[in-house]
Amino acid sequence: MNKSVIFGALTIAGLTAGAAAAATLDDVKARGKLNCGVTTGLVGFAAPDANGEWKGFDVAVCRAVAAAVLGDATAVEFVPTTGKTRFTALASGEIDMLARNTTWTFSRDVDLKFDFVGVNYYDGQGFLVPKSLGVSSAKDLDGATVCIQTGTTTELNLADFFRANNISYEPVPIETNAEGTQQYLAGACDTYTTDASGLAATRATFENPGDHMLLPEIVSKEPLGPLVRHGDNEWGDIVRWTLNALITAEELGVSSANVAEMATSTNNPEVARLLGTEGTLGEMLGLDAEWAKRAIETQGNYGEIFATNIGEDTPIGLARGLNAQWTDGGLLYSPPFR
Amino acid sequence: MSDSQGHSVAFVRTETIPQSAAPLTAAGPVKWMRDNLFATPANSLLTVAALYVVYLILSATLPWLLNGVWNAGSLAECREILQGTSGACFAVLTERWPQLIFGFKYPSTEYWRPVVAFLLMFVAMAPVLFFDLPRKLLIVTGLFPFVAFWLIWGGTIWVPIFALVGVIVGYLVYARFVAKSFAIGFFGGIAAAMVVWYITGFILPYVTPEEPFLTAVPSRDLGGYMLNMMLGVTCVSLSVPLGIALALGRQSSMPLIKWICVIFIEFIRGVPLITLLFVASVMLAYFFPPDQTVDLFLRVVIMITMFSAAYIAEVIRGGLAALPKGQYEAADSLGLDYSQAMRLIILPQALKISIPGIVNVAVGLFKDTTLVSVISMFDIVGMIRGPILASTDWNGVYWELFLFACAVFFVVCYGISQYSQWLERRLATDHR
Amino acid sequence: MLLNDTRYRSLTLQAIAAILLALSLGYIVSNLLANLAAQDLNISFEFLGSPAGYDINQTLIDYTSQSSNMRAAVVGIINTLLVAFLACITATVFGVIAGVLRLSNNWLVAKLMSFYVEIFRNIPVLIWILIIYTIMTAVMPGARSYLGDDPDIDLLGGLFAFTNRGVYIPAPFFTSGIGGEEGSVINWLIVIAALFGSLFATRFMTARANKIQEDTGVRPNTLFINLAIWLVPLVVLAFILGLSWDIPDPLANRFNLRGGIQIGAPLIALWFALSIYTGAFIAENVRAGIQAVSKGQTEAASALGLRPNRTMSLVVLPQALRVIIPPLISQYLNITKNSSLAIAVGYADITATLGGITLNQTGRAIECVLLLMLFYLTISLLISAVMNVYNNAMKLKER
Repeated sequence: MNKSVIFGALTIAGLTAGAAAAATLDDVKARGKLNCGVTTGLVGFAAPDANGEWKGFDVAVCRAVAAAVLGDATAVEFVPTTGKTRFTALASGEIDMLARNTTWTFSRDVDLKFDFVGVNYYDGQGFLVPKSLGVSSAKDLDGATVCIQTGTTTELNLADFFRANNISYEPVPIETNAEGTQQYLAGACDTYTTDASGLAATRATFENPGDHMLLPEIVSKEPLGPLVRHGDNEWGDIVRWTLNALITAEELGVSSANVAEMATSTNNPEVARLLGTEGTLGEMLGLDAEWAKRAIETQGNYGEIFATNIGEDTPIGLARGLNAQWTDGGLLYSPPFR
Repeated sequence: MSDSQGHSVAFVRTETIPQSAAPLTAAGPVKWMRDNLFATPANSLLTVAALYVVYLILSATLPWLLNGVWNAGSLAECREILQGTSGACFAVLTERWPQLIFGFKYPSTEYWRPVVAFLLMFVAMAPVLFFDLPRKLLIVTGLFPFVAFWLIWGGTIWVPIFALVGVIVGYLVYARFVAKSFAIGFFGGIAAAMVVWYITGFILPYVTPEEPFLTAVPSRDLGGYMLNMMLGVTCVSLSVPLGIALALGRQSSMPLIKWICVIFIEFIRGVPLITLLFVASVMLAYFFPPDQTVDLFLRVVIMITMFSAAYIAEVIRGGLAALPKGQYEAADSLGLDYSQAMRLIILPQALKISIPGIVNVAVGLFKDTTLVSVISMFDIVGMIRGPILASTDWNGVYWELFLFACAVFFVVCYGISQYSQWLERRLATDHR
Repeated sequence: MLLNDTRYRSLTLQAIAAILLALSLGYIVSNLLANLAAQDLNISFEFLGSPAGYDINQTLIDYTSQSSNMRAAVVGIINTLLVAFLACITATVFGVIAGVLRLSNNWLVAKLMSFYVEIFRNIPVLIWILIIYTIMTAVMPGARSYLGDDPDIDLLGGLFAFTNRGVYIPAPFFTSGIGGEEGSVINWLIVIAALFGSLFATRFMTARANKIQEDTGVRPNTLFINLAIWLVPLVVLAFILGLSWDIPDPLANRFNLRGGIQIGAPLIALWFALSIYTGAFIAENVRAGIQAVSKGQTEAASALGLRPNRTMSLVVLPQALRVIIPPLISQYLNITKNSSLAIAVGYADITATLGGITLNQTGRAIECVLLLMLFYLTISLLISAVMNVYNNAMKLKER
C-alpha cells in the first residue's frame, strides 16, 4: 500500500512511468510512444541534427517499429545510451528496444539474457589512421597508441588481435565517440579503432577527411542489430519482422515511392502478404494489416534507408558490401513472409 | 594681554605653519610600496617574482581575450578572420550558448520558461537568504517549487496543482494536530498528503488536456547549466531537512535509531559521489518494483540528496555539539518535550552555528553536479565534451568553452561563499 | 498508550523504527529479487576469476589481457592508491606554500595567493581535470616529434621528453644486483631499507645533539654528518648494485618513445588537477590554523628573543598543526575519493577498471558497484581510524 502511494505521488510528478513487465507491446500502445535506445551520437547511425531531431540508420529502425506498432513514425522517444548504460537501460525497462550498433555475441545473447532479433548491419572492426603516419597494415601498428571505446566488443577484439600477432600497443580508453574523435585528432593516439562503419561515419565529420584512411584489415565480425529483452517473444517478433519487412521490401522491389501503388495493384502474392492486402500476418503479430506498409512508407525499404543515411552518396560513403541483398552477393537474407 | 604679548614678543607665531607634506619615503604610494612590497630584500625578490608571474599570465591571456572573434560559423572561419594572430574564438559561445545553458534538446521556443523559473528563484530565495525582507514573501518561496516544476517540465497544470493541494492538506492536518503532539501532527500531515496524492493520481488522467498550455518536456531533454542549477537547488533544499533528521538521529539516545543514522552517514561519506551516481544509473532500477521505471533525473536527485544530506548531517551535528549543555537543561527544566525543545530552543541556535558549514557543503555539492556528465547526462560539462566539441564546426575550441564553464561556476560559487561570510558577520550575536 | 509512557517510549519508538527498516529493506530486496528473477539473472562473483580480456595502459604489476578480472581490479586499486599518494604530497606542498604566503606581508603575493585559492576552490574539480588533460593532449608536442634520427624536438638534456601522451623520464635499474640484468624487487627493498637506516641514524644524531646541547649549552653542527648519513649508503649501494639509467629511446619504435618511465597524460592530469584543487583547500586550512594561534604566543616568543623563523617553527607551527592536521586528513580522504574522476580522462584506477570496463564487459553491474563501494569504504574507514588515533594522541592534555 505504502509503496503504491509513493509511486502515485511520483506519477503525479510525471517522473515515473509504468515500464515493460511482460507485455511490452501493450505498454508501448498504452504509452503511445516507443522508447528506443540509441548511441549518444554517431553521425549516420543515430545523431541529433541541428534541430535536435534524431536521424540515422539505427534511428530508422526505431521509427519503422513505431510506425508498425503505433502508426506514427514520430512517436519515438530516443534515449541516448553509452556502452555502460545501454544494457541496464534495456534490462530495467527504461527502453523497449535497443538499436545502438550493438554486436550480437554469444554472451550477450545467453548470459546477459537479451534477444537479438536480427542483423541490420554486418560490420567489422577497422583502424583509422592519419595518412601521414605512413602505415599500410594493422600489423605495422606495433607499439602504437590506440583509442578504443570501452565497454564494447572492439576492446576485447583489439586485445585478441594484438596478442595473436604478438605485437604490443598502448590502449587509451574513451567513453564516447565524441571523445574518441577529439583524442584522435589531437594526436593523443595514433589510431582509432571501432566498427569500420563507425570509423567511416566519424571520418566524414572531420575537417579534412582525405587526410585519414581506414586500414585494410578488418579484425573481427561485428553483426550489429537491434535487441530486446529476453522472455517477451511477442515483442521480439514484432521488432524482428519489422526489420525483415524492410529487408524483404528491398528484395521484392517495394519502396517508399511505390508502396501505395504496389499494395493495390500487385500480383506478387508475397508482396501482397507483406503489405497486408492478403493473409493475416499483421493479426498474427497482434498488429493491424498495414503494419509493414506503414513502416516502408515512412522509412523506405532497407536499401533506401541505407542510401539516405550511410550510403555512397552521403558524406559517410559506405558501400553495400556484405550488406547487399543475398541476390546481389551480400548477406541480407530475410526469411519469407508466409 | 595676549595682544600686547603678541606685539612685544615678535618671534612667537600667531598661527601654526601649514603642515608640510610628509617626506616622499614616509607617505603615499612610495611608503605603501616600501611597507607592502619591498620591506626586506627577500620580500623584494618575491615581489619581482610575483610581478613576473602576473606578466606571464597577462601576456599569454590578454591578447587572446581582447582579440577574440565573436562572429563566425566555425573554427575554420575563426582562424581565417584571425589570420594567424592569437585570439579566442568566442563565436562558439555566440552560436552555442543556448546549448550550453539549456542543453541541446530543450525546445528552443520554450527557453523563456526556465529563464522565468530562474528569475523567480531569486524572489523565492530572497526571504530565506535575507531576514530583513517581509515575511509574506515566504509564500512565494512555498509556491516556487510547484511553479518552477510546471514551467520547466510543462505539461498539464493539474500536476503541480494537485501536488500543492497535497502539501496544503498535509499542512492543515499538521497544524490541527501539532498542539497535541508534534509526532502525530508530522506523520499525520505526511499521511494526509500521501492520501491526497494517491487519490488525485486517479483523477489526473481525466483532467489532463490533450494540448496543455505549456508543452511537456521530458526530463531527459533537460541539459546544460540549467541541469546543474536544477540539481544543485533541488538537492540542497531537499537534503537540509534530511540532514537535520539524520543529525538528530545520530544524537539520539535510542541505540537502534542512532546506529541506523551512523551507518547511513558513514557509508555515504565513505564512498565517492561517482559510485553513487553509478548506483543511480545502473543499479537503482533494480530496487524499484519491476513494473515501474523511475526517471534518471529523479534517480540522480535521490542519490545526490542522500550524499549531501550525510555531509549536512555532520555539519549540523557539529552545531548541536557546540551548544552549551545548559541550553538542553534549560529546555528540560521548562518542561518542554523533545520536539518542542528541538524546534524552539536547540535547532534555531544549532542551525545558526551550522550555516557556514551548510553553505560550504552546498557549494561543494553544486560543483559536484558536473559529475553527472560521467553517467551520460548532458550538463554543461557533458555538453562541452560531447555534442559541441564533437561537432565538425567546433572541434578543437577547448579554452573558450572551458573558460565559459569556469566563469559560470565561479560567479555562483564565489557569490554564495561571499553571502555566507556576510551572514556569518550578521549572525555573530555573541558579545565579546 | 505506549508512546505516552516514558518507561516504554524509547523501546516503542525503536520497535517502530526496526519494523519500518525491516519493511523498507525487505521491499528493496524483494524488488531486487523480483527484477532479477524476471530477467533470469543471478548475483554471482564468478566473473572475478575469468579472464578480463582487455588491456590496461598503466600498470604497476604484471597484467595482460589474459589476467583475471580480479587482477584488473587489483591493478586499479594500485593505480588509485598511486595517484592519491602522489596528489596528497603535492597538494600539501601547494597548500602549505599558498597558505603561508597568503599571510605574507607582501601585498602582491598575498593577493596572488588569495586569487589562486578563490579561483580553484570555486570551480569544479572535474573541469580542472579536463582542462589540464586538454593542456596535456592539445598543447604538448606530439609524441612523434621526438622520434626518428632527425627529430623535430630533442629530448630535454637527452633525458626527458614531454609529449601529449605523457612525460618520459629515465628509469633507474641495477646491472649487477640480485637477479642480474633483469633485476628483482629485492634490489629496491635493499635501497628502501638503506633509506630507513639513514632515517633512524639521523634521528639518533639529532637526539644526541639535543643531549649535548642540554649538557653543555653548545649545539654540535650535525648538518654534514646527516648529509653523509643520507648520501654515503646510497652512493655505495648504487656502486655495488651497478645503478644504471634506462633513457627514453627515440629510435626503437615508430609510434612512441620506448624505455624509461612513462608517466601517462591521464595520470599527470589527474595528479596535477587534484593537487592544485585540493591545495587551495589546504591553503585555507593552513591559514586558519596559523591564525588560530593567538597573537600573544608570537609576541611572547619575540619577547623571549626568538628570531621570526624560529618563532614560526618552534612556537606557532607546533600549535597550528594541531588545528591543521584533522582537516588536512579529511582533505586526503577527499583526494582519494576524487581520484575516482579518473574515469573522465581514461586513467585506469579502480573506478575505471572494476567499475568501468569490467562492468561493461561482464554486465555485472550490481556486483561491480558493490565491490567498488566496499573498496572506497575500507579506505575511508582506514583513514578515519588513523585520524582518530592522531586526534587522541594530540589532544590538549590539560591538567
